[in-house]
Order: sequence, then structure tokens, then C-alpha cells
Amino acid sequence: MAKISTNSLNLWYADFHALKDVNISIEERRITAIIGPSGCGKSTLLRTFNRMNDLIDGVRIGGQILIDGRNAVEPGVDLVALRKKVGMVFQRPNPFPLSIYENIVFGEKVHAGKISRDKLDGIVEYSLKSVLLWDELKDKLRKSALSLSLEQKQRLCIARLIAVQPDIVLMDEPCSTLDPQATARIEELMRELKNNYTIIIVTHSMQQAARVSDDTGFMLLGELIEFGKTQDIFTAPKNKQTEDYITGRFG
Amino acid sequence: MRKLKEFIIEKLILVCGLAAIFFVVLIFLFLLKEGLALFKSVNPFAFIFGKSWYPISEPAQLGIMPLILGSLLVTLGAAIISIPIGVACAVYISEVAPSKTKEILKSGIELLAAIPSVVLGFIGMVTLVPWVKSVFHLPTGLTALSGSIMLAFMAMPTIVSVAEDALYSVPKNYKEGAFALGATHWQTIYRVMLPAASSGIVAAVMLGIGRVIGETMAVMMITGNSAIIPHSILQPVRTLTATIAAEMGEAVVGSEHYFALFAIGIVLFVISFIINVTADLFLHKRQ
Repeated sequence: MAKISTNSLNLWYADFHALKDVNISIEERRITAIIGPSGCGKSTLLRTFNRMNDLIDGVRIGGQILIDGRNAVEPGVDLVALRKKVGMVFQRPNPFPLSIYENIVFGEKVHAGKISRDKLDGIVEYSLKSVLLWDELKDKLRKSALSLSLEQKQRLCIARLIAVQPDIVLMDEPCSTLDPQATARIEELMRELKNNYTIIIVTHSMQQAARVSDDTGFMLLGELIEFGKTQDIFTAPKNKQTEDYITGRFG
Repeated sequence: MRKLKEFIIEKLILVCGLAAIFFVVLIFLFLLKEGLALFKSVNPFAFIFGKSWYPISEPAQLGIMPLILGSLLVTLGAAIISIPIGVACAVYISEVAPSKTKEILKSGIELLAAIPSVVLGFIGMVTLVPWVKSVFHLPTGLTALSGSIMLAFMAMPTIVSVAEDALYSVPKNYKEGAFALGATHWQTIYRVMLPAASSGIVAAVMLGIGRVIGETMAVMMITGNSAIIPHSILQPVRTLTATIAAEMGEAVVGSEHYFALFAIGIVLFVISFIINVTADLFLHKRQ
């Protein structure tokens, strides 16, 4: 069964119809890339999966998003539980202005209340090891997270997410502020994380989608134009618009 | 011709700028000259720590400890009342209130700031003072507590608007990040927003307190003006500012009393200066 699937998903920002009848089916423990030109609705689609669009005034959603078979857009959904299960990494690394340690245990403290020091220490070590930051940072856990480099900040944000043990990780252009080497290392990390998590990445870099993803969806003006194996999309697109986009005729 | 015009305007602006600084320096020098003259005849230590203020007895006793404590007590009381309410109000306006309520509240706060302090003092005198008197069964309602409550109203607009500004300028992506980790709205506010805005909030509090400690009219009208060392917040007190305002008219120019009032002015200046510098430090830390 698909991890996430949508049934004629529609979304409006006030009068603007941002997502039009999107039907997508995302498999477990794979990396799914969503590509398309600016304003095509790819970030909007990503943000419906953890209901981050709710923060914007005037948003209306129609249709269904089934996550593990449960509709995430019906009224009365437990948003805290949903966002714990479906974590998000943002375009600009956004560690909180707290210490590295406090950043990582933030989620645990928010969800579990009082926890023993030992357990928190364990979470910090595990999470930092998962993003390969432990050796670099283990002696500086009390330093402010804002003192880190951009790449370290983005890794820390991923570690912060891993600490709450999500199922699904949404990434909204996670490398757009990073240099090529840092990008390569984050992509390497994504391949690593794929073993445990379902990853969906929105990117405006077709090369990145081709390098890192297993499946790719192409969006244009709010519609999902084509969805399939990354290899197929990039070598033998079925749709003319997809072909024009990936060959660089527009976008 | 155009060059000459440019030159004249430039110099005119320069003169205006220099004039502002010049007047401040003059005022400061005058304050120092008149105030420090006191210490030719009075020991500064005895002045600051002296327990009795009887400027017109013979010989005059010029100890301002009761006045300093009066000012501090009223200010402390006002701070205890206004800080929690002010910060909570700022959080409500910036985070919780729907946009219409937000506009109404903000203009309400601005209106509160626009009420002249003598009017607030007058309202306090006819409403708050009898209330304090009857609630606590006191012989008089003119107490430090009345002053604190009234001054809390004066500090609040400053605290609310500066703290609200600080909360507003917390980057939106902190909030998104916290929500995306499953934090509730309240958890986001107190675990992320408040720490992120903390230096701005401290600055807001310092500016509010700065306003309180320099306030004269309202406290003079409702704190009872008795220059004794207070033992409780339910006693009448006299503040540094009220002392200057009340006695300057009757002090003989050039007398010890007259110089003592200027020396009080120096003490007030030092206190306000420290508070403002602290607030400034925190504001700059934020940027």
C-alpha cells in the first residue's frame, strides 16, 4: 500500500487555485522528488502533507490525503500527531536560537514532557550520529546552534527531526542555500536515511532530482503532469510538457 | 549659485545638530555645578545614606535614603504589576489576537500612552486612592501601592509596544520549524518565540521602568509624600522626583536645600542613565 496517496486534492489560497485535482501515490522508504518551475505548486503540495498551509489565512483544501490509510485533511485530525509523524526540513535552515542540545531535544520535550537526562543524552547522540555530526559537535553541545555553518545547521535541522522519530520526511529545497560540496553531502545523507524513512523532496534542480530520487513527479500550474520512476521520467517522458521542461525548453 | 545654496543649507543643518548637543551639555553641566556644590558642606555618603530628610529644620538634615527607597519601592511595585501584564499583552497582540482585535488593542495601547500623567494622577486620586483605603482598611489611601498601580498603567504602553515589536521581528521560520515538529501554539510561544525575543523584551521592560522612575506628577498626587523610610507598600512614601517638584518652589536659591535638590537630580539622572544604557545594550544585542 502507498505510504501517502491523494485523491483529487485541490487547494485554494483565497481565490487562487493552487493545486488542481492532484492524484499522487508515494511509496514507502523511497525518495520521491517533485519538480517543476517556480509557482507550480510543488511546495504547496509538500506543505499539505503536514498541514503547514494551515498557518496561512484563507486556505481551503478539498479532496483526500491518505497517510497510512488515514485521511489527513478531514476536520478533527490531531495536527500534533500528524506533524510528529510527518516531519519537515525547510529551504532556509532554521535552527532555534537555542543551544545545539536544546534544538535536538526540543521535539522530545514538547511531546513527552518530563524525561530523564540520560534518555535525552541518548537521543542527542543518536540523532547527531544519524546526520554524521556527532564527531564534529559532541564537545560543543552547549554552544548556540546559530554559530554553526549553513550545512551544519541544515544537518542539525534534520537531526532535530530524527529525534522525534517521524515516518516521513518532507524536504522543501533543502540544499538551495548550500554550496555544491555541502549539497553532495546532504544528498548522501538522504540516501542513507532512505533505509528508515520515506522522503519527499521538492527541488527546482532537475539534476538533483535525477541524482537522488527513485520516483519523480512533474508539476505545472498546480497540476501533477506526470509521475513515475525517475529513470523513466528523465529518459522517456510520456508527456510533451515534461519533455520540454526536462530538456530545458522552459522553466 | 547652486553650490552656495547647498553650502548654506549644509551648514544650517550642522548648526541645528550642534545646538541640540550643545544644550544637552549645558543642562548637564548646570546640573553638575548646582548639585555638586552641595558636597562642599555635606558629606556625599551622609547625603545618600542619611535616614532623615528635614531640609528646613535647623540644622537641616539632608539624607535621601527615604526618597531613594520610596522611588525604588514604587518602581518595583509598578514593575511587578506591569511586566507580566505587559508581556502577556504583547504575546496576545502579536500571536493570538485576530487581526481586527489586534488593531483595536494597538490603538488602545497608544491611547493609554497619550493620556497626560497629571490626568492619570487625578483619576487615580479620586478612584484608586479611596479603593486602596477601603480594601486594606488603611487610615489613608495615599500609599506606595496606589502609586505603583498608577505607574504600572504608564509603563505598560511602552512595555507592550516594544515587546510586541520584538516578538514580531522573530523570524517566521522559527515558528514554522516549531510547528513542523508538532509543537502546539503555546509551546511554540514559550519555548521558541519568547527566548528568541528575550533581549527585546528585556529592553522593553527597562524602557518601561525608565519611564516609571522618572515620572513625577502622578506619584506626587497619590503617594502621600511623606519622607520616611517605608516598611510596607501600604505606607505613604515620597519619591526623588516628587521631592524636587514639591520643594523647588520654596527652596531659597543658593541655599543648601536648593543644592540638595539638584544633587537629587544628579542621582535620578544616574539611575535613568543606567537603565537606558542597559535597555540600549539589549536592543543592540538583538540586532
